[in-house]
Amino acid sequence: MPELLSYKLLFVTGKGGVGKTTVAAAIALLASEQGRRTLVCEAEPKGDLARAYECGPTPFSGRRVSDDLVAMSMDTEASLREYLRVVARVPTVGHVGPVARAFDFVATAAPGIREILTVGKLCFEVREGHYDLVVVDASSTGSVVGQLAAPTGINELISVGVVRSQTDWILDILGDAERTGAVLVTTPEEMPVTEAIDLAGRLATDTPVHLACVVANRVLPELFGRSEEQIFNELGRPSKLDLLVKEIGSSRELVEDVLAAARLAVTVRRDGVSHLERLRAEIAPSVPLLYLPYLFARSHGLRAVRQVARALSEELVT
Amino acid sequence: MSWAPAGSGRQRSLSGRSEVGFGNGEKARHLEQLLSAKEIVVACGPGGVGKTTISASLAATAAARLGGKVLVLTVDPARRLADALGVKGLGNLARRVPGEAFAAAGVSPKGELYAAMLDMSESWDALVRRHAPDAGTAREIIANPLYKNITKRFSLGHDYIAMERLYELHEQGDYDLLVVDTPPSLNALDLLDAPGRMTEFFSSRLLRWLIVPYRSRLVNLASRPFYQVADRILGSQFLEDLAGFFILFQTMRDGFVARADAVNRLLRDVRTTFVVVTTLEAVPAVEAEQLIESLRDRRLHLGLLVCNKVLPTSFSDPLVGRTAELLEKRASELAESLAPRLPVDKATSSRPPAEMVARVLYEIARSFANFRLVATREAELLEELSAAHELTATVPYHPGNVTDLSGLLQVGATIWGDETTASPPVLAVSKAKPRRSPDPAGEGN
Repeated sequence: MPELLSYKLLFVTGKGGVGKTTVAAAIALLASEQGRRTLVCEAEPKGDLARAYECGPTPFSGRRVSDDLVAMSMDTEASLREYLRVVARVPTVGHVGPVARAFDFVATAAPGIREILTVGKLCFEVREGHYDLVVVDASSTGSVVGQLAAPTGINELISVGVVRSQTDWILDILGDAERTGAVLVTTPEEMPVTEAIDLAGRLATDTPVHLACVVANRVLPELFGRSEEQIFNELGRPSKLDLLVKEIGSSRELVEDVLAAARLAVTVRRDGVSHLERLRAEIAPSVPLLYLPYLFARSHGLRAVRQVARALSEELVT
Repeated sequence: MSWAPAGSGRQRSLSGRSEVGFGNGEKARHLEQLLSAKEIVVACGPGGVGKTTISASLAATAAARLGGKVLVLTVDPARRLADALGVKGLGNLARRVPGEAFAAAGVSPKGELYAAMLDMSESWDALVRRHAPDAGTAREIIANPLYKNITKRFSLGHDYIAMERLYELHEQGDYDLLVVDTPPSLNALDLLDAPGRMTEFFSSRLLRWLIVPYRSRLVNLASRPFYQVADRILGSQFLEDLAGFFILFQTMRDGFVARADAVNRLLRDVRTTFVVVTTLEAVPAVEAEQLIESLRDRRLHLGLLVCNKVLPTSFSDPLVGRTAELLEKRASELAESLAPRLPVDKATSSRPPAEMVARVLYEIARSFANFRLVATREAELLEELSAAHELTATVPYHPGNVTDLSGLLQVGATIWGDETTASPPVLAVSKAKPRRSPDPAGEGN
């Protein structure tokens, strides 16, 4: 299994709300800082990537975030146009209006068309060597399998036509474990972990893409060792509390409120660990599990992306 | 029965906006009014905020307190929650949550709670059977290889099906209140537009183009570019398969369109209200705000805003913060006086050293400082969001998931704004209450 940043194409996915976009943005930022020409693409154009980099709109044509980093949003219609123009050499100028509407309709009705135009564009960038690494902020667990399985599905449904003729090389890139991988993001909670385990299974059975790594995001640090936790529990007893209250000159209620925060951190950590253990047990041992810390200071934006990138680089070294 | 008659005009205003805010008791009264007057509650919001739990809590609490038959329609509950509701593997079938479950939670409900899952493929099949002109056509559609593919990936599919099931249940009239949890959409708004888009799809000129017999295509000048592109991308064979399928599908047009219109009307009906669920994290909060605005623009009724997984307000209280700062500053000195009073650690058979106690105190203070940052940010977001809507409920962050009926009722009680609610144990000491305590160490400012 290659180093995470040595891949050519990474699909970052996970349940909605686990920080998929931030992780994708951080991987891309880290790669670009190491001098790799990097493209990061938001598969569902919601503007999350633009918010993560605080860089303004990221159009299909791409926005240069820094020297080696370009961010873009997927636009399947634009992808089709580019494809027709560059590869199939079909002149589309002059029919712009009807073509757009027709495309929109066909893409709504025909299964897999949008998906293959998304995946196809990304694989195209890899094939042409425009970038050293393409990072995709892919769809969430609900639809990512459909996206990655589209080329296989199209192969079965459509026997001729330009779409069909393109699936072979796309499948070659997607199925190459040295070049292409999925990054599964989760948080140490019940539903995200359950979905991650489920998705890991479906990626293996329904898509050609290999699992590159699993990222556990927003992990709280262990606050206390065993002896320290005993002390912490003792401090909650009335006699020790009274002493603290007296020494600080505060009220019992206030001190208890302060202790509550630590107790919350301990409980959340403990609950999270049980889910992470389940995750580790269910994911193939060869797949690395990376931990990213819970960010108290800022949960989104460029600052958060930088912090996650730093944490990620530490995880990748060890 | 306490249920108000249909469309009894309890609605305050279409936008749900009024100039006054109100306290806890008021909130409970308004919530009871809301859930008594409405027949449908649609819970929507960004992904990962706990919509399923909140929907189930609202339904369980309404069944317990208001009476009547309440159904919660869930989309994808966590396994333990599904177990608690008894809906796992039931498909579309609604099942009553047994009275024993309420008894175990120490509640004797006034009404009955039912739960059902939303099974997408089963719902699609039912829809086809209803609208196909005859059983043969229905079978042919369902057996078409494109059908499964399309119903699974059809971008309107999931959203539309949720709304359609809701309509069907409402029409059957077996329940006094329906609470529906919504599937995670790319955009929560897709849900609101789904019925309209379904109508549009069936009425579009493009669908007609697609299903015109191949030969006559060449005649129609307007449609020529469409075929040029479609043929080129998909190949004419696939296009014909697709046309064949849509010719079948077209037989259901009238039924589908009439139905989608009816679903649309139901969402706009005075008997329907929307509950927006969010957390107080930056990204979901932005999405929730946009959702609230869109509900207003569409003149849909926003009944309640629920902010879920909120840290206790004491975490952002300056007085508590001051105490934490003192604890950190004086950790070593406090540890010196505490250490001799701590019991002997069995593992080392000695009292813990003062340095270790100091480290614990330091970590406690740091931990508070960390959560204080988050809680302060949350407080600001809550203020901004609740300025937009007066009926706002906050549900405290609870480590681990709500896994049983008593947990759901507890969340429900929080939404109702009960003063007497027992918070989850870990938060028991941090309920928001007015501070009468002295400024710590008398270093007042």
